[in-house]
Amino acid sequence: MKSITKAIMLALAGAVFAAPVAAQIKVGELNSYKNFPAFLEPYKKGWELALEEANAAGGVLGQKIEVVSRDDGGNPGDAVRVAEELLTREKVSLLMGTFPSHVGLAVSNLANQRKVLFVAAEPLTDKIVWDNGNKYTFRLRASTYMQTAMLIDGAVKSGKKRWAIVYPNYEYGQAATAAFKKLLAARVPGVEFVVEQAPPLGKIEAGAVADAIAQAKPDAIFSSLFGPDLAKFVREGNTRGLFKGMTVLNLLAGEPEYLDPLKDETPEGWIVTGYPWAEIQTAEHKAFLAAYQKKYNDYPRLGSIVGYATVQTVVAALKKAGSTDTEKLVAAMKGLEHMTPFGKITYRAIDHQSTMGAYVGKLALKDGKGVMVDWTFADGKDYLPPDSEVMKLRPKE
Amino acid sequence: MTLADITIQLLNGLAGASSLFLVAAGLSLIFGVTRIVNFAHGSLFMLGVYIAYSLTDQFGRGSPLAFWSCVLAAGVAVGVIGFVVEILLLRRIYQAPELFQLLATFGLVLVIKDVVLKLWGPEDLLGPRAPGLRGAVQVMGKSFPEYDLVLIAVGPIMLGLIWLVLNRTRWGVLVRAATQDRDMVGALGVNQAWLFTGVFALGSFLAGLGGALQVPREPAQLFLDITVISDAFVVVVVGGLGSIPGAFLAALLIGVIKAFCIGIGDVQAFGTTFSFSKFTLVVEFVVMAIVLVIRPWGLLGKPAGEPRHTAATEAPLKPLPGWLVLGFAGLGAALLVLPVFTQSYLLILLIDVFVFALFAASLHFLMGPAGMVSFGHAAYLGIGAYAAALMVLRAGIPMEATLALGPLAAALGALLFGWFVVRLSGVYLAMLTLAFAQIVWSIAFQWDGFTGGSNGLIGIWPPAWAAEKEAFYHLSLVLCAAGLLALRHIIFAPFGAILRAGRDSPLRADAIGIDLRRHQWFAFTLVGAFAGLAGVLHVFSKGSISPETLGIARSVDGLVMVLLGGVQTLTGPVVGAGVFIFLQDEIARRVEFWRAILGLVIIVLVLAFPQGIVGFLRGRFMRAAA
Amino acid sequence: MSVLAVRDLAKAFGGVQAVRDISFAVDSGELLALIGPNGAGKTTCFNMLNGQLRPDHGSVTLDGREITGLKPRAVWRLGVGRTFQITATFGSMTVRENVQIALISHHRRAFSFWPRARDLYGAEADALLARVGMAEQADRPAAVLAYGDLKRLELAVALANAPRLLLMDEPTAGMAPKERVELMALVAGIVRAEGIAVLFTEHDMDVVFAHADRIIVLNRGELIADGKPDAVRADPRVQQVYLGGGSTFGHAG
Ligand SMILES: Nc1ncnc2c1ncn2[C@@H]1O[C@H](COP(=O)(O)OP(=O)(O)O)[C@@H](O)[C@H]1O
Ligand SMILES: [Mg+2]
Repeated sequence: MKSITKAIMLALAGAVFAAPVAAQIKVGELNSYKNFPAFLEPYKKGWELALEEANAAGGVLGQKIEVVSRDDGGNPGDAVRVAEELLTREKVSLLMGTFPSHVGLAVSNLANQRKVLFVAAEPLTDKIVWDNGNKYTFRLRASTYMQTAMLIDGAVKSGKKRWAIVYPNYEYGQAATAAFKKLLAARVPGVEFVVEQAPPLGKIEAGAVADAIAQAKPDAIFSSLFGPDLAKFVREGNTRGLFKGMTVLNLLAGEPEYLDPLKDETPEGWIVTGYPWAEIQTAEHKAFLAAYQKKYNDYPRLGSIVGYATVQTVVAALKKAGSTDTEKLVAAMKGLEHMTPFGKITYRAIDHQSTMGAYVGKLALKDGKGVMVDWTFADGKDYLPPDSEVMKLRPKE
Repeated sequence: MTLADITIQLLNGLAGASSLFLVAAGLSLIFGVTRIVNFAHGSLFMLGVYIAYSLTDQFGRGSPLAFWSCVLAAGVAVGVIGFVVEILLLRRIYQAPELFQLLATFGLVLVIKDVVLKLWGPEDLLGPRAPGLRGAVQVMGKSFPEYDLVLIAVGPIMLGLIWLVLNRTRWGVLVRAATQDRDMVGALGVNQAWLFTGVFALGSFLAGLGGALQVPREPAQLFLDITVISDAFVVVVVGGLGSIPGAFLAALLIGVIKAFCIGIGDVQAFGTTFSFSKFTLVVEFVVMAIVLVIRPWGLLGKPAGEPRHTAATEAPLKPLPGWLVLGFAGLGAALLVLPVFTQSYLLILLIDVFVFALFAASLHFLMGPAGMVSFGHAAYLGIGAYAAALMVLRAGIPMEATLALGPLAAALGALLFGWFVVRLSGVYLAMLTLAFAQIVWSIAFQWDGFTGGSNGLIGIWPPAWAAEKEAFYHLSLVLCAAGLLALRHIIFAPFGAILRAGRDSPLRADAIGIDLRRHQWFAFTLVGAFAGLAGVLHVFSKGSISPETLGIARSVDGLVMVLLGGVQTLTGPVVGAGVFIFLQDEIARRVEFWRAILGLVIIVLVLAFPQGIVGFLRGRFMRAAA
Repeated sequence: MSVLAVRDLAKAFGGVQAVRDISFAVDSGELLALIGPNGAGKTTCFNMLNGQLRPDHGSVTLDGREITGLKPRAVWRLGVGRTFQITATFGSMTVRENVQIALISHHRRAFSFWPRARDLYGAEADALLARVGMAEQADRPAAVLAYGDLKRLELAVALANAPRLLLMDEPTAGMAPKERVELMALVAGIVRAEGIAVLFTEHDMDVVFAHADRIIVLNRGELIADGKPDAVRADPRVQQVYLGGGSTFGHAG
């Protein structure tokens, strides 16, 4: 009897003392979920999976990680407020996320002001690490410049000299176009850019654009269209025979988010950056794929990789810093190395850009669906300008 | 461009115009008869695309008959949705003050978007090509899609059908009569409610059909609603409100101009390159601005008669009773000392509330007392903000000076645009403000080297003394409160009283020596300055600025705040701003489908308080006091 | 010299010649009635006199000064008050405020930002309202007034700038017969006391014959008679218009 009472007492005491949840590390996450659900729903699944794995493995620094996630409203003004909410009310130790470039920049700007680490997951703009780079911001994804550079080999190999360019009329498209022209002109003497079309994002008049390109008689096209603009352009171009005998390069078009909607319309032979998820045979990707499919009964998109790797970065940084102190975290982020489903990445100390790569290959049709073939993995570290140039681009700290 | 190129681009323009015409015709009919500015019209179009996608994907791949049946069925389905929306929602609020219905349709936009996301998922859905029209025909040696040729024919056919319905049926005659004079139809003993329902259903059907026809041309996706709604409004206004042939003409005009801008591409002149392709970003708004400046009633519109009063005239303004003055003073004092008690996020949220309260109040000054509805008020918020940002970044001017210079810049912008704007009235006026706002937006968006382009500008923080949240909170509170008081004071001052008088009766104002246009011009400028002040505070509270601050969405936010609070009250915009920002903040944090919930809350508020929240409270209070 | 002199005034709307080459004059202290069947062109004539419409040709002079083509607000500044056939008042304001607005404009305080409008010229406004018998209603919203009261309010507003000339388009329409006579008696009193010239249109012939010093008759845009009431009453062309036109002379409208 006595022992039973004692046992109960012990159990109760245990319950009472265990009740305050083990201390948690809070990470603030914000993204434009409602504005870009096609990319960001898989992204969310990605980071949730990584979080679950990290916590199942005991968390970091003896604590579990809690991600406090918010919709940032898709515009800088609201995003800054949401970030402030995460910082002041939720008292998160660091921030991660964001999708569109202007939102990413605004949050990065806030992070700099509030002196808090910000891991920018997706924004592609070169400025976030270069022109507007700051001490507290690090970016995961391969930038516009890097992904454009990855396509240059294909452009050079094609031997084509008369190029048409089509891009969505905002910073990403403009930056991709500028980088492409600069890099290609450096490698192909006598290259000509015969026509440039810059339709407004999401509002391409695809038929007119296709005809205007044909009118300039190019023998190759460089496109940075994506989403609905890409789908419209592909369909109109197909119907009008624009792509016959034409070399076409298209940033991002191999990403499942943008490739899958094309279905049987997928233009064969286009050289693209993307993510051939079904075919990647590395151990780290296979493990990721299996876990993802098991948890969600769905295949991953590129967003899933970005979300997954972002949390991996956060975990690795916390481990390396051994603390949630911002200055220690920032120090840890410089040169941080960790594995991702895309292999090992490094956050460069020089410009806070990760070396995460992308897959470059050709589009093909298989069973009425678009796939990437003849792909290779382009490691991000090989597609960045020389350090001397990068130093010039980035403001002094 | 060769002749063949020109021909092809002409055909492209015509093909693009057809479905736009259908959407615009529906919008025009609905506005003509019910006077509802239907923000949800783009959402109905989007529903048309999605429903047609599902139908054609399932049943429409086989034969042309099956395909076209699916397209028609999608249109009908959207018509039915419109029918239900009219009966359940709009019918209950026709008596509310002008434009209030706009708020309900804004709520619908939010709900429909999330419903579509829930039902169809986030991915773009590219539908099948039309059976029998998959290929291209040769036109002067170039391939042109067969389907586009059919579309080119659909426009005039539908124009003819609509004309027949409006001119050869009794129902159509009633619709036309109602467009001319709503009261008359009531007098004719026609059941007005069913006429409205019918028109709304027909307009919705046209929107849905316009969407369905696009399925072989573009994927179903979640941005279609906003993309289409602004284009449709432009077409309706350029063509002339209520004029179906006008809408047709305008759709063709804009479609063809766009196609030619694309076809012309880059042009070298005077040592620089002008990209007509980039110009497509705003070309429709530039066309609209030009048309409205030259023809204030659109291409085929008729000058509107004296504005009809559908709602009760607002009650005479009275100074607040003493207890309310005390109440507001108490509230102000409480807000001043709030930071002593909390350092939390509440301060940050309140800064947003203050800034948008001032913005909304400045818009209200225009919409209420001055009688000029603006759909582009964010332009002045943005000009103030950009001016301050540029002064700080490019000229090192301190924040203190920008607090005066930013509003000045916004006022100058308003002075320039206002000169054109005050020559118009009603929806035309509202759309011209929108056109100017879009032009300003496109400049900020395009001018990379100066305004930072689509990314905007960052690194604009207050100086050390105001950098702490608490200090900036106080600064915003004091300046916004001062702005609000000043606006309120002006409404009661002779200047404001004359504006109100002119809104009530321009005829009488003119007959007692008042130059109403000059007053309105000055009011437009003045209000621009207040919006500019809100903009300056906004940019320093966020540390950055991007073109979105100038965009349509921000202007609409302002409208929603004013209407939510109640346009016929002076405290309404402040309450509206507070409610809207708190709601958005709270709901967005708590639920995944926050957009739909926010939309539903707005719809519930609309139904519960058709005079706005403050209008409702005042009504209650007055009744209680009586 | 006449306060108002009109020469060869004409206006056409498309094919309709609303007013054809009419000439007449009004002297100070004179009440001139402009009568004629519906659609005769009376309102159009008024609209040209106060600048709302630009005449096709002809001239209007006020105290010998050419005012043709001036804007209504400029005409008003020269001392011409007007009431409308369909009343035009400021519905969201009180009766007193309606008059105060006119006074603010008259005193050129329209661009004033400091005082409250309701604190300006209150006494003056009340005096004007008292003159037209609207003192009790001063605090009511104009939007809820009975039609006759609106007409009286318009009169008070029209008197706010101490006009030399009053243009009154059907000032008593919508009033009970007794009210009409009262109102016109009031107007007549004011006119005589201050030497204002009045041009008014009126369908009630009792009112016209009771108060008009002189009558001009318009038919299909043409001036067909001009003279003392008795002479006009006896004019065969006038009788023709009213009797032949199907309406009864004396109860037209
Ligand atoms: N703005 C207008 N447009 C076209 N016709 C008009 C207009 N105003 C008046 N009219 C026509 O001019 C004629 C005179 O009208 P009006 O001056 O109102 O007559 P009254 O005031 O004597 O009844 C009528 O035939 C009327 O239809
Ligand atoms: Mg008349």
